[in-house]
Order: sequence, then C-alpha cells, then structure tokens
Amino acid sequence: MITEQVKRQFIQIVGAQNYDDSKAGRLVYSYDATPNFQSLPDAVIAPRNTKEVSEIAKICNEHRIPIVPRGSGTNLCAGTCPTEGGIVIIFKHMNRILEIDEENLTVTVQPGVITLDLIQAVEAKGLFYPPDPSSMKISTIGGNINENSGGLRGLKYGVTRDYVMALEVVLANGDIIRTGGKLAKDVAGYDLTRLFVGSEGTLGIVTEATLKLIPMPETKKTMLALYEDLEAAARSVSAIIANKIIPTTLEFLDQPTLQVVESFVNIGLPTDVKAVLLIEQDGPKEVVERDMEAMARICREQHAISVQVAQTEEEANNLRTARRSALSALARLKPTTILEDATVPRSQIANMVKAINDIAKKYNVNICTFGHAGDGNLHPTCPTDVRDKDELHRVEQAFEDIFAKAIELGGTITGEHGVGVMKAPYLEWKLGKEGIAAMQAIKRALDPNNIMNPGKVFAKSTRKRVVMTR
Amino acid sequence: MKNEQLIQQQFQARMNEDELLNCMRCGFCLPTCPTYMESGFQESHSPRGRIALMKAVVDGLIEPDEDVERSLQLCLGCRACEPVCPSGVRYGHLLEEARDIIAQHKRYPWFVRLVRHVVFKQLFPHPKRMRMVTALIGVYQRSGLQTLVRKLGLLRVLPNHLAMMENVLPNVPTWKQMNERPTHIEAETKRKKRVAFFSGCLMDTMFMDINDATMKLLQLAGCDIVIPQAQTCCGALHGHSGEKADAKTLAKQNIEAFERLDVDYIVTNAGGCGAFLIEYDHLLKDDPIWAERAKSFVAKIKDVSVILVELGFHLEGWRLPEQIVTYQDSCHLRNVMKTANEPRLLLQSISGVEFREMKDADRCCGSAGIYNIIEPDMSMQVLDYKMAQVKQTKATTIVTANPGCLLQMKLGIEREGLTNVRAVHLVELLLEAVEATKEANEPMKQTG
Repeated sequence: MITEQVKRQFIQIVGAQNYDDSKAGRLVYSYDATPNFQSLPDAVIAPRNTKEVSEIAKICNEHRIPIVPRGSGTNLCAGTCPTEGGIVIIFKHMNRILEIDEENLTVTVQPGVITLDLIQAVEAKGLFYPPDPSSMKISTIGGNINENSGGLRGLKYGVTRDYVMALEVVLANGDIIRTGGKLAKDVAGYDLTRLFVGSEGTLGIVTEATLKLIPMPETKKTMLALYEDLEAAARSVSAIIANKIIPTTLEFLDQPTLQVVESFVNIGLPTDVKAVLLIEQDGPKEVVERDMEAMARICREQHAISVQVAQTEEEANNLRTARRSALSALARLKPTTILEDATVPRSQIANMVKAINDIAKKYNVNICTFGHAGDGNLHPTCPTDVRDKDELHRVEQAFEDIFAKAIELGGTITGEHGVGVMKAPYLEWKLGKEGIAAMQAIKRALDPNNIMNPGKVFAKSTRKRVVMTR
Repeated sequence: MKNEQLIQQQFQARMNEDELLNCMRCGFCLPTCPTYMESGFQESHSPRGRIALMKAVVDGLIEPDEDVERSLQLCLGCRACEPVCPSGVRYGHLLEEARDIIAQHKRYPWFVRLVRHVVFKQLFPHPKRMRMVTALIGVYQRSGLQTLVRKLGLLRVLPNHLAMMENVLPNVPTWKQMNERPTHIEAETKRKKRVAFFSGCLMDTMFMDINDATMKLLQLAGCDIVIPQAQTCCGALHGHSGEKADAKTLAKQNIEAFERLDVDYIVTNAGGCGAFLIEYDHLLKDDPIWAERAKSFVAKIKDVSVILVELGFHLEGWRLPEQIVTYQDSCHLRNVMKTANEPRLLLQSISGVEFREMKDADRCCGSAGIYNIIEPDMSMQVLDYKMAQVKQTKATTIVTANPGCLLQMKLGIEREGLTNVRAVHLVELLLEAVEATKEANEPMKQTG
C-alpha cells in the first residue's frame, strides 16, 4: 500500500507525469511473458536518473514497499511480475548509449537501451556484442543483465555475464555503488559485478553498465544436417567439439518440433527424420571454410542423411527459418505455450531428449523440444490451454520430472530463463538446503527489509508449484 | 458508471476469449507498434498492453474506464503487430470488436455525434452524395474561392494540420466527369483475364485519376474490366470506428453487386479498402446466409499490383527519366492483404528508376483512415519519423498504394517544405512510365 503522503514524495522526486497509479496504467505492468502469472503493482514509476532511483529506494526501504525493476517484460520466469505489489520501476527515460570506447573496446549504457539497438550501434563501428537472446529486438540491456540472458551464440561467445565489466547499482537502502571497471584484470575485493548479473532484481537496481566488446568476425557460414536417429545427432555435437571446433551456433530440433514446423512453414523439411542440427561458424574466411568442411564431414560420418551448406546469405536465411519458426509454429497449436529451459552437460543431450519424450508419453502431454544443443540448453515446449485444468496439472507434473531428470544428468533447472517465481520451488533441488541458505544470507545482508523484488528466486516452500490467478 | 457496466457486460459476451488467450505476452509486437515507440515505450500504447486491457475488462479485473478507452483509441489500427505475432493473434479483429462495443455505448458530445452521423450514415454509403460533395470541392478549387480563402488567410481558423490538409487535396474532377464513369472496358491487348473493378467511394470521386490509371494499366496488361454500378463504399471507415452494423450492410450490398459476375478477380487499388473487403468473411462469419457468399467473394480480392505482376506487366521494359524512388507500404495492403513484394517488383522493373528502400517502410505513416484528423498529435509525430526516413533515401518520388497514405505523404512533404519531392500512387507512376516509354519509341518507329 502506498499512502497519499508517500505518493506525494514519489511525485516530488520524479514529477507527476512519471508516476502512474491509474488502474489501466498498473494493469499493463501486472505481467511479463510468463504464462499464468498476473498481479497488479500499486504504482509504476519512471525515474530520470540514478539519483532519483536512489531517492525512490530510500522511501521504499523506509516504508517497506516492494520494488520491481522491469525492462520490456519478456522474461519467462515471472521475474518481473509484481506478485507482492509495490512499485514497478521502468527505464524509459534511462535509455541512452553513453559511450562507445574504441580504445578499451567497451560500451557504456543505461539500463533501458534495447539490446538490438546496442548491437547495431557497436556493429556500425565494426565491433561485436555477442549475447543475442531471441527477444533482443524487444529486451533491454538492464533486463538482460538482471536475467543473465543467453542466446544462440552462447556456445562460442558465452552469455551476458561474460560481457559485463562494470555496473552502477542502487542498493535497497539507496546507496549507489560502482563495481568493476574497464579492466581486464581487477581483483580488488569480491566480484560484485558477477553477483548482480542474473540476480533478477533481488539485490539492487542496475542503473548503468559497461559492457565488453570484441572485433566483428569477418564472415559467417550456415549449414543444416538431418538425422534419422537422435543419437547420431547428439554424437555429431560431441564429435564436433571433440575435434576442437567451437561453432557459433549449434541448434537442435526434434521430430515433434519438425512436424509442427513443417506443417506451419511448408519449406520441405523431411518430417520422417528424428532430428535436425543447424550449425553456424564465423571468423576469418579460411578458418570458417575449413571448419564448415570438417563439420560437414563429421556429420556425415555420424550418419547424417543430408548435409546442406548455404551458398548465399539468402540460402542461409532459409536454413535458419526452420529454427526461427519453432516457437511460432508451436505457439499456434494451442492458446497457452509453456517454454522451459532445462539444461544438461552437452554430452547428455541425447539422454535428456529421450527422457523428455518418455516423460511426455507418461503424462500424456505433447512436448516438443528444440534448443541450443551446443551448450546443452534445451527448450522443451508444451502447447496447452490454461482452461484445461486436468491437462495443465499433468503438464506441471511432466515438467517437474524434466527438472528432476536434468539435475540427475548433472544439469540445471534453468539455463537462461531464470528462477523468478516460476522455478523457485525447484531451486533447492539444484542447490541443496545449504546452497539456498548461503544465497539467502547474501540477500539478507544487502536487502534486510526484503523490498527488492520480493517473492522471487526463493520459494516459500519447495516443490509445490505456485499458480496465480485462474 | 452504468455505462461502464454495460460495456463490461458486452465485452464478456462478445470478445473472442480464445483470441485473447492466444496472446502469450511475449512482446514480439512491441517494436513494430508506432504508438508504443512514439509514446516513449508506454506499455498501455502497445498491442500487448491493449490486449491485456481488453482481457482484464473481460475478466473483471478492471472497469472499461477512460484510460482503457484512451489506449484503444490511440491505436492506429495499422496491424503491424499481426505478422510478427508468434501465436498469430488477430489483433485487428479484437480491436474492431472492442471499439464497436465502446462506440455503441458511448455518449459522445453532440457535435461528434453529428459528424459521425453525417460521415457514416449520410455520406459514405451514398455514391451520389460523395460525388456531390466532391463536386462542391471542385467548385471551391476552380472558382477562385480557394485562392481568395488562402489569400485572406481564412484557413488560420483551422488547426494547423487541417489547414495543411486543405492544401494537399488533389484537384478533383467535375460533376460531369464523375457521372460519366465506364461500366465495361475491353482489354487493349490479347485478353488474358476478366476482372471486376472495385472503384471505391473516395477513389472514384476525389481520386478519380488514380482509378482511371488503374483501369488503363489493367487494360494494357490484358484484362477485360467490369465495373458494377451497384457497388458501394467498402465499409472500412465504419468498421474501424465502431459502426459494425453499417459495415455489414455495406458488405452485403457489395457481395451482391459482384457475386454474379463471371470474373477471375475483383481488383482493388486502395490497401485500406482491399483489406476490409478481404475480411468480409470474418465480418459476416456469424450470419448463416452470408458467411459462405462472403467466402467466395473474398477469394477473388486482389490488389492491382498482384495482377499486374501475374500478367507479366513488369517484364515489358518500361522506362522513366532517371529518379530516385522510395515506397511507403500501405499497412493494410502489407499486413492484411499480405502484398508487399509486388509493388516493389513493379517499381524496380522500370529502367531509370533507382529504387531505394527507406528504413521502416513497413511502419505506418500516421494517416490511418480518419486518425490524422482525430488524433493529430500522435499522427504528426508518426509522420515526422516517417519523413526523416524518407529524407535519408534522398528520393524525389514517394510511391504509396492507398489514398490515405498518399495524402499523408503529401502532407509530410508540405510540412517539411520539400519542394523537389512528390508523392504519387503506384499506378500513377506506372502509367507515367507507360507514356514515357511510348513517347520514346514513337520516333524510332518513324525512322525505322
């Protein structure tokens, strides 16, 4: 609850035009991209600078008002759903690229910058920012940092975490701290930069970030390999890596996904194949050509029934269509689409995919799997309908089994989507009681009043799935 | 208050729940939405936000208050969110239904009611009245009255954008010209197709030249053309403004006018009309007598550019004096009729034309039916962005495929003071190319 007096204080800080507590204004910030979660905030605030963020935090801390920092709301773990009310902070005014430093190869940005805008701005200078989450046209850098977003290029280039060099963060008590710097080496104290990356807004509010850039790769090539059995595809993945080749992209689609994709786009994918790999390599021309040849050979050795290397950019685009259309094709099947991201060591891909198919059969639900085979990050996806309570229950049970299996295979419950509310009940499965306790100790130290995105990451009880509203 | 309850009940009864649930809130629509971008990333002015608001009204989470209504009214209805939607949500249908419910229960101020009544009921559905009004504009333009009004600065009483709009209106045809329209035209070359032409209400009056150019091109491409007299306004203006019942009446009249003609296609040359015609099956889906008839009508609707390409018009080596040309998509032609390649193909085929794609050519220009009149601020903001992209291309000819877009581009040129830039309809430029090519070939024939 926000009292009239507190409201006046907020308005004094940000101005009336940047404080919205209308019904409609609150409603449109009551959700993110996670199915089945909705909860109204008490107000939505758009601060104009770090100082204002700090003053807002002080008031919230004093009055125990929850703060949910939000980018574009594309996350899939209900991480920005204001489940305990409070204020949602949006960064529409803090959306500038502050500096591109070509000597230190860094870019300094405010949190509201759209990821793709950043990528294009640095590419115009021949530089490269590799993290490319599927939502990059929409997502903000602030959101990417808080969720430690991955993407298709993760195998070779790593994820958001690997590119964050320095942060400016407003803590729950309003303190403004700066972590890291434009430094390749820096061992002055704890690595707080890494702590805040992926903390889902539970430890502080990121108000500025300095990101690492690398030179733009010269060329890029794309190919598609088709398989009659899953093992062969999985073996190809392992063999490619074992041959000391790290491709930029190594994407995977299973048969149920292929069938759905083909009926959606009609591009002549053989639906009788069990798996497809989309492989891309970038770098100097000679290296790319050598690697592509070697990978094509490896795929054939592992009994790929067909390997097509794109000769033109247009062909490459066509090959990518299959992978890109996966989500669209699946989302059109049923009203609700539940998209998970269980992740295993890449050597366990075949086992995991097989297990997912068995689990789907066991619970009589339709699960299609695609994802980033190269880094073991799979997207088992279930088209369902929130109105079908019985099926929804079976879907939940199936995903519980999938999480359990992923952990059993040495993996994790979430590779890139985050914990949020969605996977909080399962976090202990991965971390153990002691692991949770250690994390909670950090949380309490930095946010003793639990105002920073409360209800996220840590569940009230383990294993019981929380479903809000209908 | 009572009104809000009524609206809420209607939302619950009439909004398509499946379609609302299909939105998975992924946000892929956000960067394509002009009002989201121009409002500084305000979620309530995005498709995702608007769908969430409609659903919340249905779910009883909120009342359909002024803010909800504002959010729905500020939508351009360009439907750029639809092609990018992974779930294939038909946002346009949701918006139309919601606006219809609100309009039916809303107590507009008396002058708005008067304007709506005159426009929707007394003017557009009546071709003869459309001709009369256009003829009056013609008298104004030709009698010297326009010159006088401009000299005296009388237009200053109008809001700036309206005054400028007066300035960019085309020179309209005379009463006599409008009343002597053809009903049947034969192909000029070997007959390849028999088509019916949807002449439209504004297109056959204020933009008569464009209709003439369209028919001329079809003739050249080998079409016999029938122009049924019983046709009327497509009803798009009504449908988009919450007057669905009137739209249905007009739809039935049009279906009746065209269905017995033995033609391969029904040709349109205005993206806005074409898109509404092509969705008559949706408009009449609950009407047992008309649903099937609407389906066969819809199957024949094609934009003129598609037919020209199908008949190989772009392979005939047309020429124009050298110029840089850019193309502004008609949102409804692109997003609803799914026609985007053909106009570009036609332009690129003309030698002398250097075609330069502008950034975000697929983003709305802010015309959006009568949007530029009722929402001038947002419309002009959207237009300013558009003109900045046009200027980047250094184009001297802006080509469009819809009358609203054409006027808006002319308005943009006027606002920016770009004296060496013109805006034309695609068929106007194509006809220009035909004439230029013929002229260039004449002397050759004589000497040869």
